[in-house]
Amino acid sequence: MSIVEINNLTVQYPDVKALDDVSFTVNQGDFLGIIGPNGAGKSTLFDVMLNLNTKYQGTLKFFGEDIKKSKKYLKEIGYVPQKPIFEKNFPATVNDVVRMGLRTESDENKIDEILQQLWIHELSNRRIGELSGGQLQRVFIAKALVNNPKILILDEPVTGIDQQSIELFYSILRELNSKQKITIIWSSHDLDAVNQLANHVACLNRTLFFHGISEKFFSDDELVKQYSEASMQEHMHHH
Amino acid sequence: MSLEILTYSFMHRALISGVAIAILCSVVGLFLVLRRYSLFGDAIAHSSFGGIALGLLAGVYPLWTAYGVSIISALIITKIKNKYNISGDASIAVLLSSGIAVGLVIIGLSGGFTIDIFSFLFGSILLVSVDDTILILALTGIILIVILLLYRQILYSTFNEEQAKVSGIPVEKINYLIVFMAGITVVTSIQLVGVLLISALFVIPNVTAIMYGKGFKQTAIISISFSIFSVVVGILVSYIFDITPAGTIVLLAIGLLAGTMVIKSAGLLSKN
Repeated sequence: MSIVEINNLTVQYPDVKALDDVSFTVNQGDFLGIIGPNGAGKSTLFDVMLNLNTKYQGTLKFFGEDIKKSKKYLKEIGYVPQKPIFEKNFPATVNDVVRMGLRTESDENKIDEILQQLWIHELSNRRIGELSGGQLQRVFIAKALVNNPKILILDEPVTGIDQQSIELFYSILRELNSKQKITIIWSSHDLDAVNQLANHVACLNRTLFFHGISEKFFSDDELVKQYSEASMQEHMHHH
Repeated sequence: MSLEILTYSFMHRALISGVAIAILCSVVGLFLVLRRYSLFGDAIAHSSFGGIALGLLAGVYPLWTAYGVSIISALIITKIKNKYNISGDASIAVLLSSGIAVGLVIIGLSGGFTIDIFSFLFGSILLVSVDDTILILALTGIILIVILLLYRQILYSTFNEEQAKVSGIPVEKINYLIVFMAGITVVTSIQLVGVLLISALFVIPNVTAIMYGKGFKQTAIISISFSIFSVVVGILVSYIFDITPAGTIVLLAIGLLAGTMVIKSAGLLSKN
């Protein structure tokens, strides 16, 4: 059953078309990796999905309902931003931040459980400004998960996270999807990781270059090569 | 002499009002400081000066006109800031100077500075009436209840607006609410420290408390404690030595900040 339906999504900025006629669906339980070069429109797509950008053409449906008509779907979404922006000396502990995600009044056990699951239990009383990039990423995943969302949307940070944390992050994602059956929509720059983790791939480069089962994408050398060349051109273009 | 002052009823009113204002300014100020709105209290206070002048000219109790003018100008400036994308500090500068400008013109029209004006500029906590005290307690109670009820929404939207929006929090409404409460808090506090020193109560105890590296609630409690200490000791000491309460209160708060800085740079504040 498809729980996300995107039809003919176009976002026109004054100087550039950020997304051009993008359509795809996400089914319950999917692990969708969204790949694409910088400026491919991944962030724009996320902004539209999260109701942060409402100036678009086309339709988006979550759980069968048009998001222009109902915002209830946001309650079922956990979102992990690429760069969690906050004041460095903000007086909030890990526990405080995770609690912000909680909609109903404090269920202390739930917070403990999530912190343990994400290996940040010992950091519970630490100020968030003192954490490393990898630890912060897990704190924000915990905040996103604390409401038991049906869909987890993650914008993967590009820099500032050590290899060990990246491995841990991937194993957490795998477990969330396979054991807890959370649908994951994940934007990443790491093709190998997407190949290993995601069961569906969407290649975005303003238009949708490919969407389908990840095996199909990664087993088609020609497709991967085309994608890599397109990304590389875009990369060169940007520099 | 020193214990005798605690038996005066004007001193009771001053201390009760002072403690209420100390708590109110700490709590509302913490959100303003974290939103990089530290000088917003100052700006509202200056605009309230225009309101006070208007009240004196019209023969209305000046604090009522001050409430009206402060709240309206705080909301307008927030609207303008959002609509024209003016930065926070620039919008504060606009609000600050307009209030004083309006105040000066009105005072000029009404025949120049009077003793009343000075008491609003520098505070007059020892002169608060029973009615004032009741009003201060009531407003403090109402604002604290609102903050407790909307605690998560206010904290979350202060922490990160975008993520709060995604979580379904009506961030814009919360922003207006904060500004509205800041407007009321400022005018309520005028009697304690006056128009000129209000932002000190909003900012200094909070900046001090944040240095202790604790979580949000503990930081708020530390800030409230420092604020109450400065106000109570400030009122008593200033009375005993016959100096201005507003200045004494603010200097004590600055003393606590300086002390905390010394402790911190000596490495005595653990990070955790």
